[in-house]
Amino acid sequence: MSDSTTLSAPRVVAKRKRRAGQRRALLYAALLALGLVAPFLAYPVFLMKILCFALFACAFNLLLGYAGLLSFGHAAFLATGGYVTGYLLASYPGLTPELGILAGTLCATLLGALFGVLSIRRQGIYFAMVTLALAQLMFFFFIQAPFTGGEDGLHGVPRGELFGIISLRNHLSMYYVVFAIFVLGFALIQRTVHSPFGQVLKAIRENEPRAISLGYNVDAYKLVAFVLSAALAGLAGSTKTIVFQLASLTDAHWHMSGEVILMTLLGGVGTLLGPIAGAGLVVSLQHLLAQSPMGNWVSVILGAIFVVCVLSFRSGIVGELTALYRKNFK
Amino acid sequence: MTQKMTMPRKALVTSIAFAAAAATTSAQAEISDGEVRIGYLADMSGTYRDLAGPGGLTALEMAVADFGGSVNGAPIVLFSADDRNSADVGANTVREWIDQRNVDMVAGLVASSVTIAVTKVLEENDRLGIVSGSAASSVTNEHCTPNHIHWVYDTYPLANGTARAVVEQGGDSWFLLTADYAFGHALEADVTRVVEESGGEVVGSVRHPFPTSDFSSYILQAQGSGAKIVGLANAGADTVNAITTASQFGLTQSGQQLAGLLIFLNDVHALGLEATQNLLLTTGWYWDMDDQAREWAQRYFDEVGSMPTMVQAGIYSSTMHYLEAVQAAGTDDAQAVRAQMASQPINDFFARNGRIREDGRMVHDMYLAQVKTPEESTGEWDLYEILSTIPAEQAYRPLSESQCKLVQN
Amino acid sequence: MTMIFGVPMAVFMGQLTLGLVNGAFYALLSLGLAVIFGLLKIVNFAHGAQYMLGAFAALLAFNYLGINYWLALVLVPLTVGGLSMLIERFLLRRIAHLDHLYGLLLTFGLALIFEGTLINFFGVSGARYATPEILQGGLNLGFMFLPTYRAWVLVAALAMCLFTWFMIERTRLGAYLRAGTENSQLMQAFGVNVPLLITLTYGFGVGLAAFAGVLAAPLYPVSPTMGSSLLIVVFAVVVIGGMGSILGAILTGLGMGVIEGLTKVYYPEAANTVIFLVMILVLMLRPAGLFGKEA
Repeated sequence: MSDSTTLSAPRVVAKRKRRAGQRRALLYAALLALGLVAPFLAYPVFLMKILCFALFACAFNLLLGYAGLLSFGHAAFLATGGYVTGYLLASYPGLTPELGILAGTLCATLLGALFGVLSIRRQGIYFAMVTLALAQLMFFFFIQAPFTGGEDGLHGVPRGELFGIISLRNHLSMYYVVFAIFVLGFALIQRTVHSPFGQVLKAIRENEPRAISLGYNVDAYKLVAFVLSAALAGLAGSTKTIVFQLASLTDAHWHMSGEVILMTLLGGVGTLLGPIAGAGLVVSLQHLLAQSPMGNWVSVILGAIFVVCVLSFRSGIVGELTALYRKNFK
Repeated sequence: MTQKMTMPRKALVTSIAFAAAAATTSAQAEISDGEVRIGYLADMSGTYRDLAGPGGLTALEMAVADFGGSVNGAPIVLFSADDRNSADVGANTVREWIDQRNVDMVAGLVASSVTIAVTKVLEENDRLGIVSGSAASSVTNEHCTPNHIHWVYDTYPLANGTARAVVEQGGDSWFLLTADYAFGHALEADVTRVVEESGGEVVGSVRHPFPTSDFSSYILQAQGSGAKIVGLANAGADTVNAITTASQFGLTQSGQQLAGLLIFLNDVHALGLEATQNLLLTTGWYWDMDDQAREWAQRYFDEVGSMPTMVQAGIYSSTMHYLEAVQAAGTDDAQAVRAQMASQPINDFFARNGRIREDGRMVHDMYLAQVKTPEESTGEWDLYEILSTIPAEQAYRPLSESQCKLVQN
Repeated sequence: MTMIFGVPMAVFMGQLTLGLVNGAFYALLSLGLAVIFGLLKIVNFAHGAQYMLGAFAALLAFNYLGINYWLALVLVPLTVGGLSMLIERFLLRRIAHLDHLYGLLLTFGLALIFEGTLINFFGVSGARYATPEILQGGLNLGFMFLPTYRAWVLVAALAMCLFTWFMIERTRLGAYLRAGTENSQLMQAFGVNVPLLITLTYGFGVGLAAFAGVLAAPLYPVSPTMGSSLLIVVFAVVVIGGMGSILGAILTGLGMGVIEGLTKVYYPEAANTVIFLVMILVLMLRPAGLFGKEA
């Protein structure tokens, strides 16, 4: 994204790159600092919700923004992570939360591998539809399986003690755990995108036949991206379940798959920070509207945002801001 | 984005706070923050909107206004939120209400999944909840807490009242259409038990996905079963769809009869009498059942434009009882108010012979009703005829069968 | 009642018939989607909402204007289809040059707006639309009692499908449409007004959805959410049939109705899910769908 090079002199390019890198490091440092002080400025539970959805959206964006694959079934991974973690922690009191999260993420990863193998050869609309269909099968499974509590949901998941020592009942300590998980997840995505692997993904997104002719095993690359995305989505679901101490069908419904698209689109597809901004905005919006007299209009307003975004702000908040910055400060 | 969280936004608060005149300060000191804060949580935009929704909020506001807007000089403040039928959203909203706004009581509570999630949060933080909309009897059974009261109805009396009455009238063979999720399964089990206890038999059942829009196939199976009664162990749109389809397939003309187990005034109104006539059902309240009910319903009707469901009436009734208890106890502390509420019998326009049991169940008289035929009905909302009263002590699950942790068996 | 209930063959036949009736709905709806996809390459996520709008328009026209069922069957598809041409002209056209996934997202947003708005005005309980007098009652088929209205739905939907097929396969306009589906730039070069053709096609596809909505109005409670649950099923049907294939949409619609109907007898819990299973299997074996051409 940032390495658009039109200058020929290699030294100038290198200098620019270094400057851009410094600026990016500065931005990340500022955001990190903001994340650390945020729970003292705002309600921690609300922030944790944003972080969980931000991680979910980042995971989704890895697939859509960098591999060009629109999955319409990501809710399945979020829900799998959530249900597995929730079930284990609720049924085995001795289990510590980090093990619960690990197990949930692992299950989502395996499911991701299965979905990936079945869907990765399809393209565009077909890919979206296959993932939707697979997610619908999972939804059916979650309704039928006794351990999920069906419509009632899975309740009373204990937050427990991290590593058996740190109690997470306190919102503040819970927040820092969620924040740490988010930062780890984000760092993994950031590393992936900027690695040679990420570059190949982008090449595939831009021109698949060319990538094939260059000798890349396109399907394998896509599959790895898919599994990674599913794992991170599962991680988000597992974390969310511990924070809210419940898992429900809402997370498995196809509307959730739609919502994560909205977050990513709103924030900026294919930008690293976009999904975070998008998730923050959508969650805040839902939160504000739900408690206002305009509450009945939530879906209408979300719909309108969808339409306006697609028509006018396709590069999303972060995309538009970056463009603005490039235009005025360079 | 972050700033809004630090301070409750005035604009978001439906404040019915009336300037309290110089009040007795002694009582005020007992009420946290000098305000009684009530949060109304319900589905305002989805499936259960017409059952509770915005109308329930109006009922709540009516109760607060009728009470005078303050308790012992402490103003009553209302918050409201849409739970969008999501346990996540509901539990989160309530957690935030408690953490940020120190809300004392949560009213409304419709979808069972939301209710169960919310009551866990209430128990953790020792606040009070009054559940008016949920159907699941598990709310005061395996999911009971010392922090909530279930006010209007649950599946136990619905199955008990309707199924028993139907069997006694000769409908001794049943076919059940069951919504395929926890609630439907529970209702199916309850009905089966009651039917068998009363000497009837369940000859078959079919579990349909939730939700289902086309019931023709299931109705055909019900017709093929030869059962006298087709029981609907589902709710909301599923019930409405099933009844519509049954009338199209001439189910009742061919000698079978429908029994709705969870059906509300708004459902019958939407379906029309042509499709629902003669349907037997159990209800906790009906607007036209007596003068007291009619008087209140008329006031509600003038505000909202439709007649209240039993849930909306229950929200008014429970809020009144709550406010009276806060006044009498002189505090809004959850356990003190809960004890005060339980110490007083409830007899108002809504509940007869009502009392709150230790499991949090408010037991009161229930009614067996039959939907009128188009010829019998005299107006848009003249829909039920009350056939008999099911006494409070017989209607609900006896404590001896309770799995609630608060009940010593 | 002289019907032979309880006999497996009779039950089977009954379910088969009902499956065909439902299948006719699927066929009609997926036909609209397929037509739109064929030319615009857009997955019209608002299709369910537009079907719902058809049913609502019929209801409101009857309640406020006194327009009867038969008139509504003609007027409503024209109105809803006509209005949707504005959507195509002013919204979809602006993003036509982009990745087609944007069209999917835009129409998804529109669906949310339509549904949410109607919920605010009419609630979700749904209202009843009276079955026209002449179609009340039922037919005794020997193995089952089939309400006349359902028989009519089957006939009307199939007639409409046939009409559409004829239009597309056997008329000049249809030839343009097919050619446009293959290569719209070439068509433009030959002097055909392709943008107009696209607008008309979108209007026609949506009109089919609205027609299905009017047909459905007397069957199901008319409620703002009636389309959203149907939508993803219809998607599945289109994908199974092969996106953009007219015949595929019709035949698959009918076939899926029957499969779903039989599932309701043997494993009712899975009735909503079986179509997705079929879809996955079909795409494993034939990536372009049963009747689609390999891209």
